[in-house]
Amino acid sequence: MTLILKDVTLNVGAETHIYPTSVELAEHGFNILLGTTLAGKTTLMQLMAGLVKPTSGEVWFDGKNVTGVPVQKRNVSMVHQQFINYPNMTVFENIASPLRVVGMERSKLQKRVEHIAELLKMTPMLGRKPNELSGGQQQRTALARALVKDADLVLLDEPLANLDFKLREELREELPKMFEHRGCCVVYATTEPMESLLLGGHTASLHEGRITQFGETEKIYRKPADLKSARVFSDPPINTASVSKKGARIVLNDEVSWQIHERYKDLADGPYTLGIRPHHISPVKSTEENVHIEGKILVTELSGSESTIHFDIGDQAWVSQSLGIHPFELGARKSFYIQTDKCLFFDISEQLVAA
Amino acid sequence: MATKTTNQKAWLFVIPVVLLVAFNAVIPLMTVVNYSVQETFGDNVFFWEGVKWFEQVLQSERFHAALGRQLVFTSIILLVEIPLGIAVALTMPRKGPWVSVCLVLMALPLLIPWNVVGSMWNIFALPETGLLGKGLNVLGFDYNFTRQPLAAWFTTILMDVWHWTSLVVLLAYAGLCSIPDAFYQAAKIDGAGRWAIFRFIQLPKMKRVLTIAILLRFMDSFMIYTEPFVLTGGGPGNTTTFLSIDLVKVALGQFDLGPAAAMSLIYFLIVLLVCWVFYTLMMKDEVE
Repeated sequence: MTLILKDVTLNVGAETHIYPTSVELAEHGFNILLGTTLAGKTTLMQLMAGLVKPTSGEVWFDGKNVTGVPVQKRNVSMVHQQFINYPNMTVFENIASPLRVVGMERSKLQKRVEHIAELLKMTPMLGRKPNELSGGQQQRTALARALVKDADLVLLDEPLANLDFKLREELREELPKMFEHRGCCVVYATTEPMESLLLGGHTASLHEGRITQFGETEKIYRKPADLKSARVFSDPPINTASVSKKGARIVLNDEVSWQIHERYKDLADGPYTLGIRPHHISPVKSTEENVHIEGKILVTELSGSESTIHFDIGDQAWVSQSLGIHPFELGARKSFYIQTDKCLFFDISEQLVAA
Repeated sequence: MATKTTNQKAWLFVIPVVLLVAFNAVIPLMTVVNYSVQETFGDNVFFWEGVKWFEQVLQSERFHAALGRQLVFTSIILLVEIPLGIAVALTMPRKGPWVSVCLVLMALPLLIPWNVVGSMWNIFALPETGLLGKGLNVLGFDYNFTRQPLAAWFTTILMDVWHWTSLVVLLAYAGLCSIPDAFYQAAKIDGAGRWAIFRFIQLPKMKRVLTIAILLRFMDSFMIYTEPFVLTGGGPGNTTTFLSIDLVKVALGQFDLGPAAAMSLIYFLIVLLVCWVFYTLMMKDEVE
């Protein structure tokens, strides 16, 4: 069972919210929509669910054209970023609500709700009302409501964004397990590249109403199709710079140039945009192949065992993320080392040419 | 453990509030209490009467009748205005240019002073010249609010509904606007119908504002004076003489200050008691 979007667009008034989008979601594992706020993740989900009718294009599910079929007539469940539960029903009634609508038999319903509650560790809370629960428990209730009916399509719209760190980690681990043996198509929206990597499956990177790339999460991370996808899939942001290849050397500016790594030796001469992820730049030299670059320290963020250092390389700011504590002074000029074998090269039209 | 320093200066901060409350609540109230237990013939000569006036008021049929009319009036007002207000709020647009138009239209009646509303409706409902009165008569209804008790009640209620339903609408609308879209989507996904959405999302989410609306409408309609006074003057006969109109008749018409004071206190206690009961009942779930 899978969902296919064929040239789906959405215009609201004169504004285009979704540009022509075609994608065939994976049947197993999570389909992650990765993008910043306002990239169109929620809108895309609403289109998939049938909450919103596309302006043009078709939505196919399980081999059937379901364009324009309202959500009530499709077997969909959704979890939102806010904790959405019926305020004056108990947790039990909340979880049972989708089953009540289809008129499930009492004893069967009771069993099912209890089973799901057990799975989500909500059994002791069944008699309570949503406003007597913590945020995590409220979201578990909402998740239980989504899980209790055997939906064909499950949409999780940043379900963990409003939870505290510990709960988020816990639920992030549990979520894929819950869906493991269900034959449903799962879509998960997030703004965090880390979350996307941790959940695995497939990822679609979204930028301003367009899917810039779709494929296995790992592959998208390793080989972003274009600069936009690379930007979406990097936190802290990927470092970029205009470089040119002249013979066997990559020239960044008058002072910095280096011998091209043999991985990229087939690259033609000419101008490129270099992309390099923050954790491939370090204030510590690791091999002889590292390229030395100097920068003026702008900000240093120390988080436990990691240092995130923002520095100025002349015409723009770069970020380095590395293990160890490097309490550099602001304004100081320091050395950084680039791993030349971890570069991404984009051509003038921002398409990836070498990785 | 360090001993706390005792310092009486903090009382200074309380003085403004104490003075304010004293002058606008306690002192007037105590004056009324003073009158309610004494008899006076003017010249500041008072005779102690104890609870005589209270007994007299509580046993008087006139008071019972006025209280009865008041309760019926307030019940009708609540039964009409609250559901009507919710219904209107539900039909109001949530986005777009019509929102401000609707809000202004709704707010208009609230801006008109009570006595003007009374005069307006008086003129509007006059059977020979008023648009409403004449219109009803032309349509074949025998309508004369100055003579028929039923017509007087109908007009008074219609006037109050016109004047105050907007308040309920605005409060309910504010409650509705605070519900995130995601709730409606979730309900749609569950396959909930229009009624279920109202019953399980909109109504519970409006609970707080509706509590306020009911309390305000109860207090205001229970203490209503100016509008019916201007419209019907309490008539025909005594049929629209509500508690406050009766109170003024006793106090200023007959100049029975003792019974009037006792009546005021009883009136005040009824309002206070009913509000407290309402509030406690409606907030019961919230406090747990």
